[in-house]
Amino acid sequence: MSAAEDAHDHHDDHHHDHGPEKGLLRWIITTNHKDIGTLYLLFALTMFFVGGAMAMVIRAELFEPGLQFVDPAFFNSMTTMHALVMVFGAVMPAFVGLANWQIPLMIGATDMALPRMNNMSFWMLVAGVLLLASTLFMEGGAPNGGWTLYPPLVLQPITVGKALPFAIFSVHLLGISSIMGAINIIATIFNMRAPAMKLMDMPLFVWTWLITAFLLIAVMPVFAGAVTMLLTDKFFHTSFFNAAGGGDPVLYEHIFWFFGHPEVYIMILPTFGVASTIIPVFARKPLFGYASMVWATASIAFLSFIVWAHHMFTVGMPIAGELYFMYATMIIAVPTGVKVFNWTATMWKGAMTFETPMLFSIAFVVLFTLGGFTGLMMSIAPSDFQYHDTYFIVAHFHYTLVPASVFILMAAGYFWLPKWTGNMYNEKIGQLHFWLSVISVNILFFPQHFLGLAGMPRRIPDYAVQFADWNMISSVGGFIFGASQLLFLYIVIDTIRGGTGEKVSDEVWEDASKHSLEWTLPTPLPYHTWTTPPASVPTEHVLDSH
Amino acid sequence: MNKEKQLFAGLILMALGLGTAHADYTLNLMKGVTKVSNDIYDLHMLILWICVFIGIVVFGAMFYSIFHHRKSKGHVAAQFHENTTVEIIWTIIPTLILVAMAIPATKTLLELSDVEKSDMTIQVTGRQWYWDYKYLDNDIHFESHLDEASERVHRTVGADPRSVPNYLLNVDKPLVIPVHKKVRFVLTSTDVIHSWWVPDLGWKKDANPGFINEAWTLVEKPGTYRGQCTELCGRDHGFMPIVVIAMEQADYDAWVARTIEQQKQKPDLSDQSRQQLMAHGESVYLKNCVGCHQIDGAGVPGLIPALTGSAIATGKWESLDGFLRAGTSKMPKFEKLNGKEFAELMTYVRNNLGNKVGDELQPKQTALPDDDE
Repeated sequence: MSAAEDAHDHHDDHHHDHGPEKGLLRWIITTNHKDIGTLYLLFALTMFFVGGAMAMVIRAELFEPGLQFVDPAFFNSMTTMHALVMVFGAVMPAFVGLANWQIPLMIGATDMALPRMNNMSFWMLVAGVLLLASTLFMEGGAPNGGWTLYPPLVLQPITVGKALPFAIFSVHLLGISSIMGAINIIATIFNMRAPAMKLMDMPLFVWTWLITAFLLIAVMPVFAGAVTMLLTDKFFHTSFFNAAGGGDPVLYEHIFWFFGHPEVYIMILPTFGVASTIIPVFARKPLFGYASMVWATASIAFLSFIVWAHHMFTVGMPIAGELYFMYATMIIAVPTGVKVFNWTATMWKGAMTFETPMLFSIAFVVLFTLGGFTGLMMSIAPSDFQYHDTYFIVAHFHYTLVPASVFILMAAGYFWLPKWTGNMYNEKIGQLHFWLSVISVNILFFPQHFLGLAGMPRRIPDYAVQFADWNMISSVGGFIFGASQLLFLYIVIDTIRGGTGEKVSDEVWEDASKHSLEWTLPTPLPYHTWTTPPASVPTEHVLDSH
Repeated sequence: MNKEKQLFAGLILMALGLGTAHADYTLNLMKGVTKVSNDIYDLHMLILWICVFIGIVVFGAMFYSIFHHRKSKGHVAAQFHENTTVEIIWTIIPTLILVAMAIPATKTLLELSDVEKSDMTIQVTGRQWYWDYKYLDNDIHFESHLDEASERVHRTVGADPRSVPNYLLNVDKPLVIPVHKKVRFVLTSTDVIHSWWVPDLGWKKDANPGFINEAWTLVEKPGTYRGQCTELCGRDHGFMPIVVIAMEQADYDAWVARTIEQQKQKPDLSDQSRQQLMAHGESVYLKNCVGCHQIDGAGVPGLIPALTGSAIATGKWESLDGFLRAGTSKMPKFEKLNGKEFAELMTYVRNNLGNKVGDELQPKQTALPDDDE
């Protein structure tokens, strides 16, 4: 606990008058990592509900076979926009928000390394998402060629109206925002760590974000390049993806998935980091294999660059290519398995308690593993010839995104909100939110495995009647899941406004300060923290090496 | 096993109070009607059971721990971590399992990619939104569209899909192949990317514009096998099914002879009553125009012009005729229609969909000299 006491003493010595600006301006011009983190998280939460509303439209139309509410093109817009909004508006910004709050706190830094750029990257994100959302109101509707924006479909005048250049410019803005965020995170981690903290002392959340940031810098420009080529094909008569002009539409798929596969890991690696942070606290044990977690994360990140074509096994590749991408993809199961085994071993012989963050984390381990299993099944290329572009795939990636990334974001909210706000959330409502979510998410997505195996393609607004029952069940699950998230919204607002009124200790969770630095700071957190770096860092996870 | 699953599913359905349970839904991948599709089914079951086994072990350990190693039961946390032996074991064992999986998967993949020594070749062309089949060995060539009954129901709010047999999985002209023959497919597209999938054959393959993909099948069992387009290809992506009928060789030969004979027949250019023109015109419209211009001719605001009240549709029929044959940058040329179909379609468009030109075009008026060929 000496680190904690040092921190308090130092903090009390330095009374700065640099409080937040008053009024609305505070949020516009802020360069404080906590304020920007809050902005990111609230924006992500808003977009989670916007994207969720689109999902509700999709599930309502699919509730029964036949044409009910929306015409097929609008349906396609909904699937396209749901994906873009959830990926670029909700999940990615939410993790950037967590990074903003937590990385400086966890490494003993006063703030992010580049605070003004931090502000700029947030507002550029808002601009990008608003630009994207504006296409919903344009003549011809929002983009409806799928979030992958495959040509020639997305370039077709009868498919996409005026929306395309706006969507592309939006992707540029979102990409610049992400790259700036990533540079900031890397600069912060490398330059602003407390001198006592070596790289292999860093909490796993910091490690996973460091690796994620490199992925972002590597692939966002690739995506920007791909969509720019779409733009020039559409408006400047180039033929990158047009066979009639010597181009190749499959080239786009390769470029897109060279971005797209690391992109899905961008959404899951920080998830691993948060789970590896929460589980040890509630198991009251150090993480089983800290070093192997770091190496597994790094290997998954590396592998993510060399497996992209497993998203396009049916595109027509030479057999050597198919075999290579099959083998490379299968290998990912090894480091991913290491992670799951590690979390299990961390729980083993612990002294577990099951507060809401832990419940969400355990559900994450189980349900992410289910998504991993179906991922392994799809890596077998011949089997993927059956699974590809069916609801089996839809079930797979939603398992790895909703009860994985989204659940962990919820867990992180419950875990850190008391620290950030100084107020305790209502545990009863938290647990109710958990149980409703975990049950309904399975009613929502598990039947989609059956639908896919039975032959239902994805991205269709209407279906043959033998798919009716499971679609109806899935929709019911979807509506319950969607409604349950309003509880989360309530809890967040309630906690910010005072929560249960219970006094929250500096540690919040029993012995949390043994695991990470932020719990040694006072609760609620002052506006500026770590003006003097901590003299020592918790090293429970690396006991043996010290 | 299957019975258990159905029972389980049935219980869920009953629990939810759904009265609509069908007997014909499935939970698992189906065994197909080719050797390769059965190999794929076996691979699927193998990897599925491996996953189930690993799941039982890992989740078993986790839930044991969750029940026993809890603070409320007074369990004190052990503080162990890092164990090189354990970590090596849980790296090596999955690797070995993967190698064991890779071997049969490689075998099946190699078999699937071997299109050599085929007995016949069919060219499959994806179009928005139907399939075009061309038998390269005997010049049979036809389009395969969603059947009219499904076409009407899926475009009408509140219409009952259960009233249509094989709703959305039926076509006007199915693809016909012989059993026990290795059929090679060459797949391409003329507009956007499509993907041709019949689950019973065990694979899907993308149809890419400007490029040709190859695949093959050898069906063992006569029957009707249904599938769908599986690559998002625009607004009617969900409405371009595939039906393959596999026949005994003798039946197939008879079908070939009959079809070639039909293809040689010249269109009947004799006069039709107004009623006939309108009815036939609707069929032509449903096949060729409805995907874009919609069932009521309203088009799509901002994307596709309406036919209702359109100056081109209701102007001089000769210019409409020329317009259809020439196409535009957005609309394909409809030179594939014959004179009879032109007359029927134009009469329908000009006197339905909210238009009332009042004229009536006869095949002889619209036929070009070479329409008779």
